[in-house]
Amino acid sequence: MFNIAATVIVLAAALVIYRAIKGPRIYDRVLAVNVIGTKTVVLLALIGYIYERPHFLDIALVYAIINFIATIAFLKYRQTGGLD
Amino acid sequence: MIDFILLFFLVICAIAAIRMKDLLSTVIILGAYSLIMAVVWTRMNAVDVAFTEASVGAGITTVLLIAALSRTQRGEENGQRSQVRVQGSLNAHSIISLIVVFVTGAVLVYGTLDMPDYGDPNAPSHHHVAPRYIKEPLEESGVINMVTALLANYRGYDTLGETTVIFTSGISVILLLRRKIQQ
Repeated sequence: MFNIAATVIVLAAALVIYRAIKGPRIYDRVLAVNVIGTKTVVLLALIGYIYERPHFLDIALVYAIINFIATIAFLKYRQTGGLD
Repeated sequence: MIDFILLFFLVICAIAAIRMKDLLSTVIILGAYSLIMAVVWTRMNAVDVAFTEASVGAGITTVLLIAALSRTQRGEENGQRSQVRVQGSLNAHSIISLIVVFVTGAVLVYGTLDMPDYGDPNAPSHHHVAPRYIKEPLEESGVINMVTALLANYRGYDTLGETTVIFTSGISVILLLRRKIQQ
């Protein structure tokens, strides 16, 4: 059950990776990497249940917290041309 | 199955990051690479390594690379050099290089055939010194935590070297990326 769900999530990540590599604009790529991060969070929770260690859920939550750092850095770079 | 797909994604992301002409895109693809790598680490039950990979690889490294990018140029100078290389690609040098690469890869694959299975608990590396480090750190070093005993007692000089390297690279990054003093 959890294995099937994890496989489906990984296959969905394949579509997003296609967009991240192909993506004509840089914003497509950033959005794709954001979605990959979200899928990573879900996948971590699922792996926790597959291994019967549900406290992986906490780690998935912390992942969700640190997920947007790169996006903020990227947006600031696009807006001001630097990180200062 | 999932492991296979994830490792395949890693290869795709690595090749895409190399082939990309736009450096900002490369940085973003490397972020995706780190996230997938974090899932692979979690599949190996190494949660702490996975967490370091996600926070350092996908978070801090991306920020540092973007900061470095803002000090330099984003793309190649022009497409001339790569065009020339593509035109003269099928000469003798590149064919010899291709053969050498294939032979080396075949030898490396042949070398992995004898290795233990992925995540095999009976692998020799888990039976050489590991049982002693698991059983006796409290008596030998007086440290309760096993990982701390390994890092700070058994391989203390190694940890000292690692810390020195990280300290030096941190100072270098601060020196390179520091703000210009406003006159």
